[in-house]
Amino acid sequence: MLEPWIFIALLLGAGMLLPGVTIVANWLLAPKKPNPIKQSIYECGIETVGETYIQLKGGYYIYALIFVVFDIEAVFMFPWAVAFDKLQLYMVMEGVIFILILAAGLAYAWRKGVLEWV
Amino acid sequence: MDWQDFLSVLPFIIVAGWATILLLVDLWIPANRKGITAGLAVLGLIAAIAAVISRFGIEREAFDGMIIVDGFSSFLQLLFLGVGVIAIAQAYDYLRRRDIERGEYYILLLYSLSGMLLMASAGDLIVVFLAVELLSIPLYVLAAFAIPKADSEESALKYFLLGAFASGFLVYGIALVFGSTGTTALSGMVAAIESAETTPILLLVGSGMILVGLGFKVAAVPFHMWTPDVYQGAPTSVTSFMAVGAKAGGFAALLRIFISALPGAAVMWMPLTMWIAALTMAWGNIAAISQTNIKRMLAYSSIAHAGYIFMALPAAATPEVAPEAVRAALFYLVTYAITNLGAWGVVLAMEKAEGSGLEIEDYSGLGKKRPALALAMALFMLSLTGIPPTVGFMGKFYLFQVVIDANLIWLALVGVVTSLISAYYYLRVIVVMYMRDGEPEVRSEALLNSTIFITAFGTFFFGILPGFLLKMINQVSLLDLFR
Amino acid sequence: MTIDLVLFFGLALIAVVAAIAMIASRNAVYSALFLVFNFLTVATLYLLLNAAFIAVVQVTVYAGAIMVLFLFVIMLLGTERESIGGRIRWQMPLSIVLGLALAGELAYVLLRNDIVQGPLADLTVEFGSPASIGRVLFNEYLVPFEVTSILLLVAMIGAIVITRKQREEGK
Repeated sequence: MLEPWIFIALLLGAGMLLPGVTIVANWLLAPKKPNPIKQSIYECGIETVGETYIQLKGGYYIYALIFVVFDIEAVFMFPWAVAFDKLQLYMVMEGVIFILILAAGLAYAWRKGVLEWV
Repeated sequence: MDWQDFLSVLPFIIVAGWATILLLVDLWIPANRKGITAGLAVLGLIAAIAAVISRFGIEREAFDGMIIVDGFSSFLQLLFLGVGVIAIAQAYDYLRRRDIERGEYYILLLYSLSGMLLMASAGDLIVVFLAVELLSIPLYVLAAFAIPKADSEESALKYFLLGAFASGFLVYGIALVFGSTGTTALSGMVAAIESAETTPILLLVGSGMILVGLGFKVAAVPFHMWTPDVYQGAPTSVTSFMAVGAKAGGFAALLRIFISALPGAAVMWMPLTMWIAALTMAWGNIAAISQTNIKRMLAYSSIAHAGYIFMALPAAATPEVAPEAVRAALFYLVTYAITNLGAWGVVLAMEKAEGSGLEIEDYSGLGKKRPALALAMALFMLSLTGIPPTVGFMGKFYLFQVVIDANLIWLALVGVVTSLISAYYYLRVIVVMYMRDGEPEVRSEALLNSTIFITAFGTFFFGILPGFLLKMINQVSLLDLFR
Repeated sequence: MTIDLVLFFGLALIAVVAAIAMIASRNAVYSALFLVFNFLTVATLYLLLNAAFIAVVQVTVYAGAIMVLFLFVIMLLGTERESIGGRIRWQMPLSIVLGLALAGELAYVLLRNDIVQGPLADLTVEFGSPASIGRVLFNEYLVPFEVTSILLLVAMIGAIVITRKQREEGK
């Protein structure tokens, strides 16, 4: 059953192999002279202060939730787009209605100020 | 697929579409004038009622059997829409009093109603599942409407978690039934079972799980644990709608699925539903006795009433009795809806702004202070007990008769005995109202009073002259389409 | 034993191990990541069933969007490391007993009955393709499809109603 996907699997394997080879090669070839500064965790810029786990604020949650809703919409749009040429007019309209209903939700969220980042 | 198909779902389209339009319109209605939203919502419901009435008596399948239009669906849709109108009227003043008025209340209520409308005419298990979700999700939010009040939050969370759990059972059951019959269409299932092209074990487990999932929704024992807490914590106007609408919606699905689509599996669900009915009647009524809070008492009472309606299912396992059993269940749903909406209306009138006034003791002296209100409440309590001349008596009479016709005499006996037990706690409310002295603080709001008056009139009128209702129900046929 | 069967058992084993690791890890973020791993394995199982579309949905919606939501909630509550409070003492033995009972029942039912009657029909590559799903979705499943959009809308409204306080709006 997986035959059509064999190329994707090969591509995936090749994609993992290339960085893998360079990393392993680096590890094998590089000279090893550790010192405390070298071994400290790399941070671009200032060193972190305090806990690295922080409590996010509530705004993220509603963002994520709206993201989930529109992610599902995108998933439904995909078969619609692919089968577009085989659908009759009213079926195309169904897809439009689907988008409009969720657009109403977006308008609601917008007007309620959910999209503002305070 | 043609225009007829779209006309078949017109009530649903009107309510859901109107809710979506209203969602946007409401954004520009100022916060202190949300009465406009309520009024517009009622207008939408009236349009939907007109749509249902205009196609009353038509029987057809639409959208390849996804949607079924028949007397059963039209009748239930009328019931749901009527409940919706009364629920909005009850909520209007209550929300202002508790300072939780927001336009979304009416919009979510419309969405929940659209789920119920869809449930009544669902012809496919997938539609049933979506309808259950569409019915429930707005209710979870409505239960939380008094946030940040802790009891409202608790109520919503409990309702949501157990509701999601129940949905899991439902969808897994649907999957197993699909695995067994190879179809999710209710009409296709009848054919598949008759031709014996099914895997019996999957069908049994699957329909059992559907029973569990919907049992949660209608609060039948042993799936009732959430009911008292949720009903008590939710804002009372939400409880009123939830207790009547969600329960009727759940029974719409139960009756449709088990009686019309799974008569072939009756050997399995007949004993199960019989025990559920008996346990629910017994436990609901016994647990209600010790309640001192009126909301909790009515919550247990609603559990008990779920048990009475449940009796229609084992009775319908006898094919000759099935049509009458469906009618008796529908009649009982109407009596339950009218009486309960009225009783919750009185509770709304008695509740103070900060949420007290909900103990049964608070009703002392009501008979002297507000005789009309007390009389209405007395009528509702008599109707819930099942004492003539109220509609509750007619409902129980019809239902018990059907159960006896199906040769389930012991079940009818359980029903009668538990009704006698229930008299104790229902009549206690009347005793407190008339025999005790007290100075109850009562609201008098025009809309709320009119809903109480209408339901009290209905309770009395259909109690003496049930003919009109019976005539309408006699046209209801659940089974014709599949035969 | 065909290659499909070998693949199936391999993937199933990984999925079960990932699921157990998810429950067993004390750090909620690790749990979430093990769940992603589990989702990805299950997505591959869908591919094995020739349901490419479902597999992609599994990755985008579950492993993608829903896990983002999970992680946000974990970070939001600040409960990423220890479980709150102690465990209930009898929870562990009871859950093991009940879980074994369920597994036993399922095994009994599966071994006793022929669940699958006769050979399954051969599926074409077209079967689970997005285009064929699109055609079915916009024909037979028109009503459920539109109801789904309303359901999503209601979920969104609900979340906004619950999280936004009354005082903040109306301006």
